[in-house]
Amino acid sequence: MNIAVLSGKGGTGKTLVAVNLAAAAKTSTYIDCDVEEPNGHLFFKPEEIQEEKVYVKIPQPKPELCNACRKCVDFCRFNALAHIKDRLIVFEEVCHSCGGCVLVCPEKALTEKDRAIGKVQKGSSGGVSIYTGILNTGEATGVPIIKNLLSEENLQANKLTVIDCPPGSACIVMESIKDADYCILVAEPTLFGVHNLNMVYELVKLFDKPFGVLLNKCLEEENPAERFCLENNIDILARIPFDSELGTLNSNAEIAVEKNEKYRQLFSSLLDTLTKEVRK
Amino acid sequence: MKIAIPVDEKRLESNVCASFGRTPCFLVYDVESNESVFIDNSAAASTGGAGIKAAQAIVDSKASALLTPRLGENAADVLKSAGIKIYKTTSASAKENIDAFVAGKLSLLDEIHAGFHGRGGK
Repeated sequence: MNIAVLSGKGGTGKTLVAVNLAAAAKTSTYIDCDVEEPNGHLFFKPEEIQEEKVYVKIPQPKPELCNACRKCVDFCRFNALAHIKDRLIVFEEVCHSCGGCVLVCPEKALTEKDRAIGKVQKGSSGGVSIYTGILNTGEATGVPIIKNLLSEENLQANKLTVIDCPPGSACIVMESIKDADYCILVAEPTLFGVHNLNMVYELVKLFDKPFGVLLNKCLEEENPAERFCLENNIDILARIPFDSELGTLNSNAEIAVEKNEKYRQLFSSLLDTLTKEVRK
Repeated sequence: MKIAIPVDEKRLESNVCASFGRTPCFLVYDVESNESVFIDNSAAASTGGAGIKAAQAIVDSKASALLTPRLGENAADVLKSAGIKIYKTTSASAKENIDAFVAGKLSLLDEIHAGFHGRGGK
């Protein structure tokens, strides 16, 4: 069962939820798709790390075959190509590796070459297998790294897999939730939190995914995110209090379910709820 | 020789546009014949790489110099490959900058910023 944890903004508690959920199961896989700033590994401190580079294809001009028609330059939506003084210039970091320029070239004057954009690390910590995607700084998109992370061999149906998504609702989040059986939306109790919750709410509806909301940082006073859930008939999976003990554990890179009975119970019960939801 | 300037409006009295890649249009001015031509900047609405596409248009306009308040590194790479000199504008009006250029009062732009790549929605 693949559970994606997402939110419309950073800092709502995606990694807190994803890490503790994976740790609450006896055996599980934790996949950190927040490739611009992966931090789940700070909690798991995985051992026996294996590393693999992730490559994308980028165009390589063959100047001797180019007839300066500029079809490739005009085709590129990202303007990664310029034709200057009878020479094609490729802006490698602007290229999104769609391969279109190679297809439209009538002279076959473009071939492709590999370019590394980041890496994937695999390690383990107790019963948890940990995959971490790391995108190099300045790269256009982390989607190829997420594709590598969420390969079929990493997503085993008989095992709990927790996918820690990037923040927001853009392409890399869509790629991260594509194969999820269930989505957990983590929300903060503020108006800003509601706005961001709405972004991911619309996304999971668009993808027709079963989902529920986890209310984080809950205070005694009224919770706008809770009100949003009630108004839209959204399942509330659990409530995590605004708790200084949890904050301290988290700041010290400790896994709450391993240190605190209250949180062990909260996440075990969340895991039971999710198992029932996915089997529905 | 021809010089190019990013401008807000299609007239000689226009202000210089603060952005190179996203300017609505360019003024291409021939300093010998005093002829001016305005070209639309088709890069203005690009999702990315606007500087590269705008710089390609400047190269294609056969201008030998660009007068601009600022410039990103990718656009600068294109212009430098084509041997186009880049000068820094010193006042708001396009016409005043042309006069300053002709009088030899403009200096080369030595500060190329790193660009704003990826600041929009990816």
